[in-house]
Amino acid sequence: MSTCSVSKGCFVFKPSPKKRRVSQKTAVHFSEGKNDLEDSELRFYTCQSLWNQIKLETEQIQEDLNKQLLDNLVSFLGRSHSEFQGKTTDWTCRMKSREIPTAALVLGVNVTDHELTFRNLSEALQNITPYIALLEAKDCPGIKNLMQKLMGQLMNCSTDVVSLEDDDYVQVSQNRIRCSMKSVVDWYESVTKKTDSETLSKKRTSSAKHQQSPPVVVIFKDMESFTTKVLQDFIVISSQHIRELPLVLIFGIATSPMIIHSLLPHSVSSLLCIELFQSFSCKEHLSTIIDKLLLTSRFPFKLGEKVLQVLINIFLYHDFSVWNFIRGFQLCIVEHFYSEPLSVLCCQLTDAKKRVNSLSHEQCENVRRLPSFRRYVERQEAEKQIALLTADSFLKETTQKLLEDLHVYHENYVSVLKCLHVFTCSLPKYPLGKQIRELHCACLENRVWETEDYETSLQLARMLNKSDLETMLQQCVEILVSSSGNELDKAVEKLKEFLTQFQKLEAEAFQEQDVSVSSQKELQKKTDLYHLQKTLLELKDSRRSKKLTKFEMLRFEVVDYIDSLVRRYLVPADHKTLHEIVYFNTASVLRGHLNAAPRIALHTALNNPYSYLKNQALKCDSGSISSKAPDICIVYKLHLECGRLINLVDWLEAFSTVVTAVDEPNADAASSDQVDDIIHARFIRAVSELELLGFIKPSKQKTDHVARLTWGGC
Amino acid sequence: MRRLSGKGCGALEVKFVPDEEVLKHIADDAGIKLQKDKAQPSVSVKRFVKKLENISDDEPQEILEEKDYVAALGICAQDPVGNGSSVSGGEVYSFKTPKRSSRLAELASELAQTPGQSAAPDHSKCPDKTTKAPQSSQRSSRVQQRNKKEFMSTTPYRLRNRLTVHYLESGSEYSSSCSEEDEENQKEDNTVSSGQKTPEKMKAASTLPPSSTLAKKNKESKMSNLVEEYFEAHSSSKVLTSDRTLQKLRRRRLSQQTLRDLLKKAPLAYAAEITELNQLHESLFSKWMLQLHLGFNIVLYGLGSKRDLLEKFRTSLLQDSVHLVVNGYFPSITVRSILNSITEEVLDHIGTFRSPLDQLDFIIERFKEDSSLELYVLIHNLDSQMLRGERSQQILAQLSSLPHIYLIASVDHINAPLMWDQAKLSLYNWLWYETTTFSPYVEETSYENSLLVQQSGSLALSSLTHVLRSLTLNARGIFRLLAQYQLENKDNPSYPGLSFQDFYQQCREAFLVNSDLTLRAQLTEFRDHKLIRTKRGADGVEYLLIPVDDSTLTDFLDKEDEDV
Repeated sequence: MSTCSVSKGCFVFKPSPKKRRVSQKTAVHFSEGKNDLEDSELRFYTCQSLWNQIKLETEQIQEDLNKQLLDNLVSFLGRSHSEFQGKTTDWTCRMKSREIPTAALVLGVNVTDHELTFRNLSEALQNITPYIALLEAKDCPGIKNLMQKLMGQLMNCSTDVVSLEDDDYVQVSQNRIRCSMKSVVDWYESVTKKTDSETLSKKRTSSAKHQQSPPVVVIFKDMESFTTKVLQDFIVISSQHIRELPLVLIFGIATSPMIIHSLLPHSVSSLLCIELFQSFSCKEHLSTIIDKLLLTSRFPFKLGEKVLQVLINIFLYHDFSVWNFIRGFQLCIVEHFYSEPLSVLCCQLTDAKKRVNSLSHEQCENVRRLPSFRRYVERQEAEKQIALLTADSFLKETTQKLLEDLHVYHENYVSVLKCLHVFTCSLPKYPLGKQIRELHCACLENRVWETEDYETSLQLARMLNKSDLETMLQQCVEILVSSSGNELDKAVEKLKEFLTQFQKLEAEAFQEQDVSVSSQKELQKKTDLYHLQKTLLELKDSRRSKKLTKFEMLRFEVVDYIDSLVRRYLVPADHKTLHEIVYFNTASVLRGHLNAAPRIALHTALNNPYSYLKNQALKCDSGSISSKAPDICIVYKLHLECGRLINLVDWLEAFSTVVTAVDEPNADAASSDQVDDIIHARFIRAVSELELLGFIKPSKQKTDHVARLTWGGC
Repeated sequence: MRRLSGKGCGALEVKFVPDEEVLKHIADDAGIKLQKDKAQPSVSVKRFVKKLENISDDEPQEILEEKDYVAALGICAQDPVGNGSSVSGGEVYSFKTPKRSSRLAELASELAQTPGQSAAPDHSKCPDKTTKAPQSSQRSSRVQQRNKKEFMSTTPYRLRNRLTVHYLESGSEYSSSCSEEDEENQKEDNTVSSGQKTPEKMKAASTLPPSSTLAKKNKESKMSNLVEEYFEAHSSSKVLTSDRTLQKLRRRRLSQQTLRDLLKKAPLAYAAEITELNQLHESLFSKWMLQLHLGFNIVLYGLGSKRDLLEKFRTSLLQDSVHLVVNGYFPSITVRSILNSITEEVLDHIGTFRSPLDQLDFIIERFKEDSSLELYVLIHNLDSQMLRGERSQQILAQLSSLPHIYLIASVDHINAPLMWDQAKLSLYNWLWYETTTFSPYVEETSYENSLLVQQSGSLALSSLTHVLRSLTLNARGIFRLLAQYQLENKDNPSYPGLSFQDFYQQCREAFLVNSDLTLRAQLTEFRDHKLIRTKRGADGVEYLLIPVDDSTLTDFLDKEDEDV
């Protein structure tokens, strides 16, 4: 069946049921179309399990970060609700205050991340009330739609509470009920009454855990995108019913709380009793994610410097969306496992060791082909080299060792990186960056100790005061102790030693002070002018030579020690043998898929077809274009010369001039007519293609003219 | 652009240095620059753009630079779409002046020619004049071409310049200002070797080396001119192009059928290379499947029709699964019809829905309930006229976010990414794939109301005659009057139509109607058959117009004459 038709735009293809594979395994696609079938299944499952772990972890992180916010909100709901309950008898009091309790939830600009927050929120609120309605602006163009949506959601959730036996009530579809606040109130009354009676009677259904009259929560997910009119109407209407219906509003706000006042006039906003809740910032969230996913030895998979940089930049410059960051991370994992046959070893160390043993010969060859491994081999002695390159068993042994080295390196790397960060994060002007991710990138990029920034930060560190230095050392000790690496035990001892020395210094300082005081006293003694001059000179001399106090000496020592740690442990990963197995480094792929530049691609194709079509005829020097280029390129180039409007006839003329220049025009007129027709047709095609691409559009301003839609470049 | 500023002293600063130095600098330490740029992402992009403009006269360097730029794009991470236009900024004029060392200076001088005169109209005027030249005596231009073939084939603009000059010499009717300009350009072509010129002293072009202050001024004026130029070009309603129309050409519009036949005769250029490209893309099919299954959706972009590629994907991998193909370029496609085919044909649901949103909810519900349901959706041209609306995209995005609906789509329009905001993008969860195929958009443009294709000319004529046959003699006379009047005015581009009062007068004189009301009744009849269109002028007068092109109208009148 063809998909071309002049009467239809959609075509459904349903294979006959018996032919239909129920659900093709994703793993099949993983191994399809590749020649190295080996281990691909194992690789796929490693990939999937790793991703699932990471996904769980990220969700956990978000939940933890949200916890505080949710707790606050829940208690807020409880409060508003208890007021209502307390005053149910006191109608008069309630009547006077028509304020709707409202929570303004400032969530930040990363709108795409809010989905998860709202999901958590509604889960958390389930404990308080079953009556939750989540509204989105796109569903509510008018107050009517809003009410419809609201009632639909409220009445659906009531089915959870009301047991299935009273179908006749629940089944009243929302279409038939008139969508008004009145019917909501009626519904609420009947539902609460019912649950009341139910709880009183023998059945203690799930509703029992809710209090007698649970509040009705209406969440506006994206408050800014609602029409003002709709919001105002809703608030005004519902404030009329607030004494019959314990309504609570939650506004999801992406910008700032001020938006409430700019969206709603005072007469409306005065009907709200607003409490502000601030969620954690997305940058914080990202830092936590990076800390928990990348700066840990829990997950074997690592990101290379460029890749991480790309992901972070997409985050910082495009969307602030942590969700997108994680999505990018997922893509990295998939790409890595898909493209790197040796990624089968990218798993926990114990598993990896086992897997090394079962590597096939082909995979061993793959190991030998790794650039980092080749470098390693070159460093070995001749016999060992031969053994590594010929004997698979020896290679496997070495690989195991190297993998272990890599693992140890990671453990140490992370702890030392954190230590270094403790030092650099408080330096003025942050030469190595404020965030640990910046430091991490710098360390991955190249030898950090060779950079200028590192030099300046060491200089600055040498000027730290004592109390700061002590607290930093203390922090470093904590970090190193908590890490599992044994190699760093020595470092811990050394740092502790420094700390005790500092304490000693304090004691010594007193004595020193005494000395200086005594020398001062000496000065004050009565002497003649000559002696005074002499002593003064001596003092000066001594000061110059003894410029360094003990504290300063110690400070130098500390900084030097940290420096030595850095040099030892923060070697960039790509200097490590077998780093290709765990590091994903092809940033270009990632950028191409996530941060694509369609216009640049189009522009390159039109301006420089040679970059796609490798034909020598198309190769030409500098910005010009050969007249042999595809028609659309020529037409495009010609149209760049024109102003706002383009005369089609002139354009056609120019086109045929260019094209016939190549076509070896022979003199006989008979064939040239034919040629002209073909050129004409080609021109038509090219022009309509340009129209499809959006470069031009037909213009009514003048007959046979088209308007250019681009200005300047592209 | 000087090294210093490349190393970046915080603020955006543009200094000027001769091109040679720039080139040297770029060749020497592109690496350093890149690194530094990373340090100051916000500033660097602008600088890149300027740099591009500066060095665009040397292609290899430019490629290098562009690569750097693209590399830095990720690092600088500016919006690629926004920069898409800026990266090309330097290349816009490359067609005119290939292989010249001081393109920038020339460009600037061209733009800033005489301050009083607006630059944009000049710009649009000259090419037209130049292109007019070859046509007025086509045969000799051919001769000309043969003489200079080698030269011309690579540099069409210069070709045209030369042709113009040639004809200018032979005494044509062009305005002196335009010809002067062309000569100047010509002169530049010949004399320019290196160095920059001040815009004020065009004639002294080749003599003086630039001083940096002048160059700076030059640049500044260019930048501001670009803005001014834009508004000038778009503010004036006056159109400065030649008045020639396709009517005057021997072969006018081709019908769709002849066009197709003709194109079949024309061999597809670079077929081998195109197949090679396609094979490259086809090797990714299984990867696409994998990524679709992992929750991503795929969008294809790049020049050339992606229809065949997607068709191949469909036939090779999707034969055994349920899938839906949507031709976005189909002129009357709607989201509704897409949803309908899902509910009716995929889910076998009988019944209607009140709104697309309800329908969407139903689909979402069904797919959530039944996890064995799987659907591949292929959309050719997701950015088509009919689907690019906000609500359509919202619905499609929501559809694509379902875990068991796999969407793979293609986009072609240069502004396609503007359709999506962050929320939609996150629903779509796109993976972008560049699939430049260079294959012609045959299917995609076949529905299009192209300007050059005679769309419904024959149809209009037959419908005209049919409708008029059924009318009274007087009515035919009335229509004839209008048609004749319109043809008399066909050379007037701003012809608004015949005003009702005038028309009434004429009809009375021809004894066709006797009252205002009869004429109105007759006109209503015409309007119902879409034979005429009325519009109100600025003065409130009603104007009548036959919305049929002049050639059809002439044919019609001729036929009528025969009949009578």
